[in-house]
Amino acid sequence: MLDTRLTDEQQQLRKTVEEFAREVVAPVSYQHDRDKTFPYEVVRGMAEMGLFGLPFPEEYGGMGGDYFALCLAIEELARVDQSVAITLEAGCSLGAMPVYRFGSEAQKQEWLPLLTSGEALGAFGLTEAGAGSDAGGTRTTAVLSDGQWVINGSKAFITNSGTDITRLVTVTAVTGELADGRKEISSILVPVPTPGFTAEPAYDKVGWHASDTHPLSFDDVRVPEENLLGTRGRGYANFLSILDEGRIAIAALAVGAAQGCVDESVRYARERSAFGRPIGQNQAIAFKIARMEARVMAARAAYYDAAAKMLAGLPFKKEAAVAKLVAGEAAMDNARDATQVHGGYGFMNEYLVSRHYRDSKILEVGEGTTEVQLMLIARQLGL
Amino acid sequence: MNIVVLVKQVPDSGTQRSLDPSDNTVARAAADNVINEIDEYAIEEALQVKEAQGGEVTILTVGPASATDAIRKALSMGADRAVHVQDDAIHGSCAIQTSGVLAAALQQLEYDLVLMGATSTDGQVAVMPALLAERLGIPQLSGAQKLTVEGSTVKVERQTDGGFWALEAPLPAIVSTWDTINEPRYPSFKGIMAAKKKPVETKSLADLGVDPSSVGLATATSAVVDVTGRPPKGEGVKVTDEGDGAEKLVGFLAEQKLV
Repeated sequence: MLDTRLTDEQQQLRKTVEEFAREVVAPVSYQHDRDKTFPYEVVRGMAEMGLFGLPFPEEYGGMGGDYFALCLAIEELARVDQSVAITLEAGCSLGAMPVYRFGSEAQKQEWLPLLTSGEALGAFGLTEAGAGSDAGGTRTTAVLSDGQWVINGSKAFITNSGTDITRLVTVTAVTGELADGRKEISSILVPVPTPGFTAEPAYDKVGWHASDTHPLSFDDVRVPEENLLGTRGRGYANFLSILDEGRIAIAALAVGAAQGCVDESVRYARERSAFGRPIGQNQAIAFKIARMEARVMAARAAYYDAAAKMLAGLPFKKEAAVAKLVAGEAAMDNARDATQVHGGYGFMNEYLVSRHYRDSKILEVGEGTTEVQLMLIARQLGL
Repeated sequence: MNIVVLVKQVPDSGTQRSLDPSDNTVARAAADNVINEIDEYAIEEALQVKEAQGGEVTILTVGPASATDAIRKALSMGADRAVHVQDDAIHGSCAIQTSGVLAAALQQLEYDLVLMGATSTDGQVAVMPALLAERLGIPQLSGAQKLTVEGSTVKVERQTDGGFWALEAPLPAIVSTWDTINEPRYPSFKGIMAAKKKPVETKSLADLGVDPSSVGLATATSAVVDVTGRPPKGEGVKVTDEGDGAEKLVGFLAEQKLV
């Protein structure tokens, strides 16, 4: 029987991040969302707590925790601010994790202390205008010339790629052709700044306003040959495994968002009176919130299960897809219900539930759309 | 530099708190117990002194078994070790009795500096620094908003309604801190994991050589004899502006001696 109770240390971590989220993150969330500014001071606080080093060993400046510890922290942050949560998620699982998983010892020594301390952020340049989960559609190229990779192309929707503290972008590029005619895709470390690399102006997004997202362009960007990350031609396969893990972390984020909607709705339904009594005493409202709670609990169980299997070294592809699917939908459904519970106030941007409403849509899209998760699950069923 | 920080576990002041109806002591079992908030500032200050000058930070607490949660938080912030005085006979002790227990525990420790929060959110008596200074025969500097240690001297700044004070005393000394002195850190995961391995010594009254009959509700110097619930908030005064609104407001404030 799977035991999903948290250990003392996990509970303390969860509580510490919950306090930090309430005391440090929440007070500035509305302002950063409204002004579309990156919360440097919050990120610095997260760095001081060691959150960016959670799943990495101490020898690389990490905290010696595991991927589940990271998920717990992401969930707590997402209750009050999804932008801050995705900044941590992307910083760890997309910025530092590829270097930790596939890097040479020298690459790890060079980059990980910087990234795990939160002093600098790394980004993961996979998606292109015409290539998302279908990474085979990659058009960015890297050609070896005089001991240097010369990179040309562009990337789209890259998180943490244009902040003042971004120091690394790991990019996938076509480095040749395989015997069967398919593209050979490799991943290459591009330090920031490097001549020819540009983070174009940030996107004007529906939500996640305080998260840093840019299109990137590479114009004859030259980096040393040894900046190849992992084995040549394994770039695509490597990133697919990173994406499987990432789905669990995004599921944790979505669970946090869905939980934040419950928190706010319970509070509001007790405080707000209409027709002489708190609106939470009306079954129409109470049942709506009860259903929201059920979605959160089911989604949390799904991501705990996926994380447990992953940490135990068991296959977790299907579990991760299920967790991402269920949690993403829970976040969007809860956000819609929470704004309804809040009535007119739910349409006001300074209310947390309205931000969750805008922010949660991406949880049905990013890190693989709902449809991609369904495809992955169906494949696991042999369909 | 050996620093001892006095820490108390209290019912969370942000939640509904109550007294135990059987003996009018603070109901701790049912409450959501947390570290007394202002004690976190004392811990942070101790850690900053240690980080600047080296030394060891010891946490000292008197309380029931559940107080280990407060100790663990202090250790996860970075304190080195803890002493937990735990004895059923202490239940219901007044401030003077408790100061006897704390003083006995301190006498078994080596210390240059004793730090503590200026008050606790449960009893709010705020006399502990003075009581301990008297019992130990060492100086106390209260309400510190800035602290520096230079050689064998501790200097603090304190601001009161009466003005700005610059105080100093030779070590060893007791300093109580206010919540403007620093910004307490959040424990890191590494700190949380490391706290598990740090030594926590549990001591009984017998270990401290304190006579059990000298503490506890029966011989306390003060007792809560009766409790009345807080009266509901009054209606308040509504000022209707008929061209003289400002005057009426000023009049109200003057009447309440607020201006």
